[in-house]
Amino acid sequence: MTGRPMTAGFTAGGLPSAWRQSLPQIIALAAVLLADWLIFPDFFQVRLQDGRLFGSIVDVFNRGAPVAILSIGMTLVIATRGIDLSVGAVMAIAGAVAATLINGGHGMAIAVLAALAVGIACGLWNGLLVAVLDIQPIVATLILMVAGRGIAQLITEGQIVTFVDPSLIAVANGSFLGIPMPVVITLAMLAITVLLFRTTALGLFIEAIGINRLSSTYAGVNTRIVLAIAYAWCGLTASVAGIIAAANIKGADANNAGLWLELDAILAVVIGGTSLFGGRFRLLLSFIGAIIIQAMNTGILLSGFKPEFNLIVKAAVIIVILIMQSDAPALLHGRYRRWRDSPAPGRETPERQAGGGAA
Amino acid sequence: MKKRFLPLLVTIFVFILAYAICTLQFPKILSWRVVGNLMTDNAFLGVVAVGMTFVIISGGIDLSVGAVIAFTGVFLAVTIQHGLPPELAFILVIGIAAIFGAAMGAMIHYLRTPPFIVTLAGMFLARGSCFLMTTDSVPVDHPLYARLNEVFVQLPQGGRLSLVGLIMLVTVAAGSLLLHQTRFGANVFALGGNRAAAAMMGVPIARTTILIYMLSATLSALAGIVYSLYTSSGYSLAAVGVELDTIAAVVIGGTLLTGGQGFVLGTFIGVLIQGLIQTYITFDGTLSSWWTKIVVGLLLFAFIAFHRLLVVLSARRLQAGSSPQRRTEPAGTRSTGPQSTGARST
Repeated sequence: MTGRPMTAGFTAGGLPSAWRQSLPQIIALAAVLLADWLIFPDFFQVRLQDGRLFGSIVDVFNRGAPVAILSIGMTLVIATRGIDLSVGAVMAIAGAVAATLINGGHGMAIAVLAALAVGIACGLWNGLLVAVLDIQPIVATLILMVAGRGIAQLITEGQIVTFVDPSLIAVANGSFLGIPMPVVITLAMLAITVLLFRTTALGLFIEAIGINRLSSTYAGVNTRIVLAIAYAWCGLTASVAGIIAAANIKGADANNAGLWLELDAILAVVIGGTSLFGGRFRLLLSFIGAIIIQAMNTGILLSGFKPEFNLIVKAAVIIVILIMQSDAPALLHGRYRRWRDSPAPGRETPERQAGGGAA
Repeated sequence: MKKRFLPLLVTIFVFILAYAICTLQFPKILSWRVVGNLMTDNAFLGVVAVGMTFVIISGGIDLSVGAVIAFTGVFLAVTIQHGLPPELAFILVIGIAAIFGAAMGAMIHYLRTPPFIVTLAGMFLARGSCFLMTTDSVPVDHPLYARLNEVFVQLPQGGRLSLVGLIMLVTVAAGSLLLHQTRFGANVFALGGNRAAAAMMGVPIARTTILIYMLSATLSALAGIVYSLYTSSGYSLAAVGVELDTIAAVVIGGTLLTGGQGFVLGTFIGVLIQGLIQTYITFDGTLSSWWTKIVVGLLLFAFIAFHRLLVVLSARRLQAGSSPQRRTEPAGTRSTGPQSTGARST
């Protein structure tokens, strides 16, 4: 399925390989949640009020929803060895469209569908630049990142458009079976995306393009269409996140909606273990990455540090991940193994037998 | 040889055309006073864009520049408030920025990671450090600032070329010399053209990469000093989004975002084009400032499409002439050097 050999379902550790590869992320999530719990003992306390769940842990999922949704689309784009810098701006555009339409007397369905359509159109524009005009993804999406907020302000005529329509507000404040609506939407988007890209060959094509676009073309993959689909899906997820963000503040703020969220989304994908060099993707792990980011944010807030401290923590996380993903640990490990396995005088090597299997 | 200058010529042509259109509508735009203000208002952007030109020509990108400008402003405001002489604060902050840039360059080279993600971490770090120092807007009321802001070159018609404008012009001139006349500049071009080939030719990849990001961060700190003089304050949310304006200026200035080709002079004109759009909007009075973003976005698209067309045309011509010594890369691949081969084990 991916570039890795999939024959070994079970490894020396006795765990299925998919689990073993997800282990760093799951451990990281557990560590962050544990830290949150140590800071704030009531962290895991959940109570039901007015038919909706409340509590810090619910809040983590609720507030993490926009980034989690963005990270779904971003994962696909990054898997093609691309990047989409414009998602924050697309969020602003989608929020502006939804808010303006609902205030113009249109129904909820029209407003939401139009916002989603605009998101897909933005994604297709990016896809067109990348797939047909062959412009580098970082450059191609930069155009919409710069111009997008201007377009959003054009739609809102430079103002923050507030709305009172209860059905649109319910997108952020409502609940389904007690679960906050943003979480439900996130899980639905995740499920749809997994179904669409993992049960069909589409995900395979995306990974093929990420590994080598030229050879994928030669192998008969219609790379242009697949790339366009990936970017369009990313635009769609951005517009969903934009609608939630607008509903959350009951207004469309063209300047600040989704500001810098593209960076958080990319960070979530990177934490999730999807390589920035493309070629493979793990949707579920990107979701966990987004939750890790939000759990850190919440933890910093709960611990009484200034929220600005977040940025430093995020920088540290990126640096640690970069070092882990680079060749440095492997090199060090190799050096350690050579040192360990070398028959140094006067030193027994009992670890030799134990260190065989996996590697 | 002539073809190399085509993007630059187009940029200059666009600038002259835009200025002519503006002048037709508002004759007062063609005055020394406006030109002087254009230099002063865009001085910090001009300074930082010179560094970004080096980075982009080398095939990289630096997202941390805006945050470094804000960091410099806050650092200066806070330390001067605590009694540090401004001259010393200037030297200190440039030193810090140089180390910061060198560290980013080292990470990019030795960890073989995309510059995009490393400088993103740098951006978070620099922005976070400003927040840690203060979240308020701190005014600077040192007599030296007042004195420096009174330094200007008298232009005709009552125009003034301020000290910060002068700093920008000197930076552009020095950057131009460094890029086009020195061995370091040649190495930067070689790195952006083809990293692997540059390494084989004996270009010191590690040193050049580190120096490039060091230069960019140092110039960002200089831009931060200019910004601090210009606003006489330090604010941790200052210069948000400047990295985008800077990249846009570099691209509009005719530098190829894929690396390997570009001009400092073009970047300077790219900065002036953005300044001109803002001046036009101010003169008009009815247009909102967000039109700047849309127009800059459109220009960005036009220039990127134009560069792409040039690359495609030259590839076609090469194929038709079947000259085997130069071949453009296949579409969609980035020249990220040796690290791009093979999957990584994570």
